[in-house]
Amino acid sequence: MKKTIHILSAVLACTTLLPQAASAREGENVRIAVDVPYTPFEYRTADGKLTGFEIELGDALCAEAKLKCSWVEQSWDGIIPGLLARKYDAILSSMSITPEREKQVLFSEPYYLTPSIWVARKDSAIDIDDKASLKGLTVGVQRGDIRDNYLSEFYADTLTIRRYATAEDVATDFEAGRLDLAMMDYPVALETLNFLSPDSPYQQVGPGIREPERIFGKGAAVAFRKRDKELAEKFNQALETVKQDGTYDRLMKKYFDYDIKI
Amino acid sequence: MIDLHGYGPRLFEGALLTFEVAVLSVILALLLGLVTATAKLSRSRLLHAFATLYTTVIRGVPDLVLMLLLFYGGQIGINAFTDWLYDAFGIDIFININAFVAGTITIGIIFGAYMAETFRGAFLAVDEGQLEAARAYGMNSWKIFKRVHFPQMMRHALPGLGNNWMVLLKTTALVSIIGLADMVKIADEATKAEHAPFLFMLPVAVGYLAIASVSELFFKWLTKRYNVGFGET
Amino acid sequence: MSVEQLLQTIAGYLNGNDIFTVNTLGMYWDGFVNTVQLVFISLLIGLALAVPLAIGRGSPLKLVSKSIWLYTYIFRGTPLLIQLYLAYYGFAFVPGIQDSWLWFFVQDPLYPALFAFTLNTAAYTTEIFHGAIKSTAKGEIEAARAFGMSKAMMMRRIILPSAFRRALPAYGNEVIFMLHASAIASVVTIMDLTGAAYYVYSRFYAPFPAFIFVAFIYMALSFSIQGFFRHLEKRLLVHLKPNNR
Repeated sequence: MKKTIHILSAVLACTTLLPQAASAREGENVRIAVDVPYTPFEYRTADGKLTGFEIELGDALCAEAKLKCSWVEQSWDGIIPGLLARKYDAILSSMSITPEREKQVLFSEPYYLTPSIWVARKDSAIDIDDKASLKGLTVGVQRGDIRDNYLSEFYADTLTIRRYATAEDVATDFEAGRLDLAMMDYPVALETLNFLSPDSPYQQVGPGIREPERIFGKGAAVAFRKRDKELAEKFNQALETVKQDGTYDRLMKKYFDYDIKI
Repeated sequence: MIDLHGYGPRLFEGALLTFEVAVLSVILALLLGLVTATAKLSRSRLLHAFATLYTTVIRGVPDLVLMLLLFYGGQIGINAFTDWLYDAFGIDIFININAFVAGTITIGIIFGAYMAETFRGAFLAVDEGQLEAARAYGMNSWKIFKRVHFPQMMRHALPGLGNNWMVLLKTTALVSIIGLADMVKIADEATKAEHAPFLFMLPVAVGYLAIASVSELFFKWLTKRYNVGFGET
Repeated sequence: MSVEQLLQTIAGYLNGNDIFTVNTLGMYWDGFVNTVQLVFISLLIGLALAVPLAIGRGSPLKLVSKSIWLYTYIFRGTPLLIQLYLAYYGFAFVPGIQDSWLWFFVQDPLYPALFAFTLNTAAYTTEIFHGAIKSTAKGEIEAARAFGMSKAMMMRRIILPSAFRRALPAYGNEVIFMLHASAIASVVTIMDLTGAAYYVYSRFYAPFPAFIFVAFIYMALSFSIQGFFRHLEKRLLVHLKPNNR
């Protein structure tokens, strides 16, 4: 039997792919996936350093739970399959708790909750509540995120939905003028389109959207594989502490001038 | 010199990556092509059926779909296997199918099918008399393959191989879609950041044309080598 | 059976299936329509462009033949993806374009994609036809001359028809190549077949059903095209066969 094992592992090693540890165990490195850029939650500074609210929060959680953590970059499209496929052990990347995702992964307690918003050009006269008047307009959204699910369910017949790989791509085409509307998470829209500044050509239309909860979820949380209950518990305890001892509030003040705490 | 807004070095790195993906996948494609061509020419019905299935499927499905399937699905498939290893033997390994691996393997598999067709035609084009002569010399079958069949086959295969390489080179651009930082990906990022598509895309286009032109010269030289003794009257 | 009934039967089959719902199948159908439309229109315009270009490619005027050669060299030597990006982003950031009539075409992702695909396939088709025209049998041309045909008439009546026939197998490959290449339209937000599969994948995290299903559709399309061209080759061969009786 042993010989078979050696041969098999030799064959697998020959596939030129790097064998790595299967999953995080006691004292081992916890690999956390993040989709960069998603300013201000995660982005790279000019010198290439990874930072942002979630990066600092994640580091604080790991320090609190006495875990050794490392960050892995992963595009949004493949972020849950990558977790299930054990490319990393957790996702800390503004992932909202939704029933659909709960079927696949185990969530920690939520750590922030922000509304999603519509953004339009200031010179456009869009009335978001008058659904009939929206007919024929074009909206941009990041493919596969909660806002995509929302638009697909409620606006598929009204608006032309364009799906992009990243939120940044949405902003690019919005700036190019190809889109009448963009739907984004509030902090991301604020950061990429800067619509609150007086000379910005863009504005938020309509109120922030949080309903239905089935789609928009109960807030963003850390995601784990379903069997990693212990790891999730460690994160939950650390989250509890960090929220109470002021660490969370300090980070929130650093990145936002509004409240996202939950 | 054109001002690339500081993206110059990264574009160059991207070009190297493009070349790396192209070379690794063409090696894989050549190996797969030779094996498949041999299988197609073999008398075994099973081998023949497998080879035909492979080349037929590849010809029917777009490269991008195959690449997405392998990139997103391949990891799950490999894991099912390593999970089984763990359960059955207690071997704990993890094989990471990243964008580089997925891209290179997919392109290799796709062009393996095209190479197979080229090789098959070329093997068939070798004059039967040459092989008979080799046999009459008492060469064993490996020697016949190495000294007579392969070199003569290459003469017929070269134009097709050159053509496949040119197409493969352009296909490497697809790896940018699964997130690999090749020169197309860097140019795309730069375009979105600076809103200057021509500034970044045109140098990349020139890069492709340059690699293609150099390869053309290389294939001319190869053709001359393999054509020694033929048609230079 | 009415359409409604049919839909209900299908819905019945799909019950209990999370991924292939009426909704996602509708997306695949729209994707199918978009893919076929995109490929068909670009092939049609590409073909119309390629015929005069192929004739010009063999023109004795160096300026004409060389510039057509340069065009095909560039479009055949660079990835279609770059051509698509250039068409999609290249026009959008030209200052003032938003206020011009061109904006109608630039604003929709379909037209830039059509533009790139058409120029690409026209370049390949030009070379295919050029090769076929070049290989016209000398005897045919001599016979036409002996009949006192003018150059234009000879091109129209003798050279082009026989060149088309010889170009048919290669052109069939180009059509299938274009179908496969069109999969990249999904990167500029067009919901073609691949775009639909991508959406279904990212919604349900199920790569195998999403992409394998679409792979089968592409395969069916590819083999239908192949069958069509084989049939065409047979018929045209008969039709254009020299009359030996």
